[in-house]
Amino acid sequence: MSKRMKTILVWVGAAILGFALIQIAILTGWITRYYEMTLMLILINIMLAVGLNLIVGISGQLSLGHAGFMAIGAYTTGIVTKMMPNLGGFALGILGGVVLSGIVAYIVGIPTLRLKGDYLAIATLGVGEIIRITILNLDITNGARGLSGIPKLATWYYAYIVALLIILVAANYVNSSPGRATISVREDEIAAESLGINTKKYKMIAFMIGTMTAAVAGSFHATYYQLIVPSQFDFVRSIDILIMVVLGGMGSLTGSIFAAVFLGLLNHFLADYGAFRVILYAIALILVMIFKPSGLFGRKEIKASKLFNWKKKEASRS
Amino acid sequence: MSSFMQQVINGLSLGSIYALIALGYTMVYGIIKLINFAHGEIFMIGAFVGYATIQFLNVGLVPALIVAMAASALLGVIIERVAYRPLRKSSRITALITAIGVSYLIQNGMIQWVGPNVRPFPQVLSNVRYDLGLFSISSIQLIIFGTAIVLMVALQLIVHRTKMGKAMRAVSMDPEAAQLMGINVNHVISFTFMLGSALAGAGGVLVGLFYNTINPMMGFLPGLKAFIAAVLGGIGIIPGAMLGGVLIGLTETMVVAYGDSLLRDAVVFVILILILLVRPSGILGKTTKEKV
Repeated sequence: MSKRMKTILVWVGAAILGFALIQIAILTGWITRYYEMTLMLILINIMLAVGLNLIVGISGQLSLGHAGFMAIGAYTTGIVTKMMPNLGGFALGILGGVVLSGIVAYIVGIPTLRLKGDYLAIATLGVGEIIRITILNLDITNGARGLSGIPKLATWYYAYIVALLIILVAANYVNSSPGRATISVREDEIAAESLGINTKKYKMIAFMIGTMTAAVAGSFHATYYQLIVPSQFDFVRSIDILIMVVLGGMGSLTGSIFAAVFLGLLNHFLADYGAFRVILYAIALILVMIFKPSGLFGRKEIKASKLFNWKKKEASRS
Repeated sequence: MSSFMQQVINGLSLGSIYALIALGYTMVYGIIKLINFAHGEIFMIGAFVGYATIQFLNVGLVPALIVAMAASALLGVIIERVAYRPLRKSSRITALITAIGVSYLIQNGMIQWVGPNVRPFPQVLSNVRYDLGLFSISSIQLIIFGTAIVLMVALQLIVHRTKMGKAMRAVSMDPEAAQLMGINVNHVISFTFMLGSALAGAGGVLVGLFYNTINPMMGFLPGLKAFIAAVLGGIGIIPGAMLGGVLIGLTETMVVAYGDSLLRDAVVFVILILILLVRPSGILGKTTKEKV
């Protein structure tokens, strides 16, 4: 069997195993309905963190407006599924959210992605706020009261499959030719440009993929929690996602996934502490930045292909 | 016409507060090229210290202002020393994320400590309105203008007439060359944080007077708007921050008066994106070519 096939098999196996374990845990009552909410939050956070990592970690553009794009997906799906309360409506809502989010990202990206570093961060923060304020002022989104009574269509297994798909897209993008070009933009924009890489194009591709996945996450948020209000998608939410990416390691997709799971569980157990929890996060963020700015995983990935390399090394050693 | 003049006066008083906060952003950015996200929180702490001084020590406005400025200055220096100095050599994204962390820490620390609820700011002076025909001006607005002008003149004197000011300008031009000339760069950076934070603290007390209320979340939006003001005027340029602050204050007041008050924050962000597109170096800034 080729190494590529083996790698794919390991991943598929791990995905099925994870699915089976969660399913068994739910059937045996180990994961109660309350825990299922945490599971759902973790899955949504994985989608968000992996998407943001494409923007921040892979293309090196700090975006502080991720929650705005999540809001676009949430509201599109919320509005569509209220009119079509079935799975067709759900799929249509996700699709609509993704397309709309992509269009907004494209329009916003043309001017803002020209900016560098801190300016881009502030501009994307502004974009996120503008999206939120627009939603607040529209009639179709019901202003500050938000949308309630959205049909509950999202289940954890849909979210699990979609999160896997997003990881698959992101991982394949990173290892593709455009992905390599995007990484070169992160490493040195001027050097990349002088090698003939269209830096604007690759920054835009990463930005659009990232924002589209945020829209998908928003769709799941809307159809699981059934209530969406603009204040759920404010700057604080964007920072929450950024914290996952930074803690896991900017540029490491597996790092983002681990951070999303870890922080999701931590959130669950510290839910009663409110501001204290955020204080802990803030201190953790500062300490990580000072002592290990690359995050817990750095830019390393856990790869199935490495597993075989490692075995080979062991074999050659003995 | 008279109502328009009235709005101009209101806009100018809000704008001078933004200008005071923007000065801190612009000075810090000028020297270490960092957007000090925690600056808005320093401003909030200034407001709370001013509140506590008036409420519990029963003093007048001027002592409260001085205490608030001193406390904010100290906080600014501590933040720089603890969180930013170890990162002097790291990438700007790292420093920016740390700044966000510090901002989060202070804001939520205050929420934990004093509670998230809104408090009324004690009214230390009776608010008299003076009618001047075309417009009227309140004593609080006069205090705001007075304080802002005195502090800005003082800042100009410090930056242009003192040895420390000269050192600040030298470090903002080229930190390494300044160090070679015998300037203690760390001292200069601490001093810059001190000055900027003191101004933010004063701004905090003035906002307390202006809006009558304070809460631990009050630092975020004014902080962002002041940053946008600094970018609008040309970041790193001290007169630019004053100009930008006044312009943002006027715009916001006009949007509330003649447009939709719900859009007041969105308009400011649109200004930011427009200015970054058309003239990223700001109104008073000079465009510099990027060197490889």
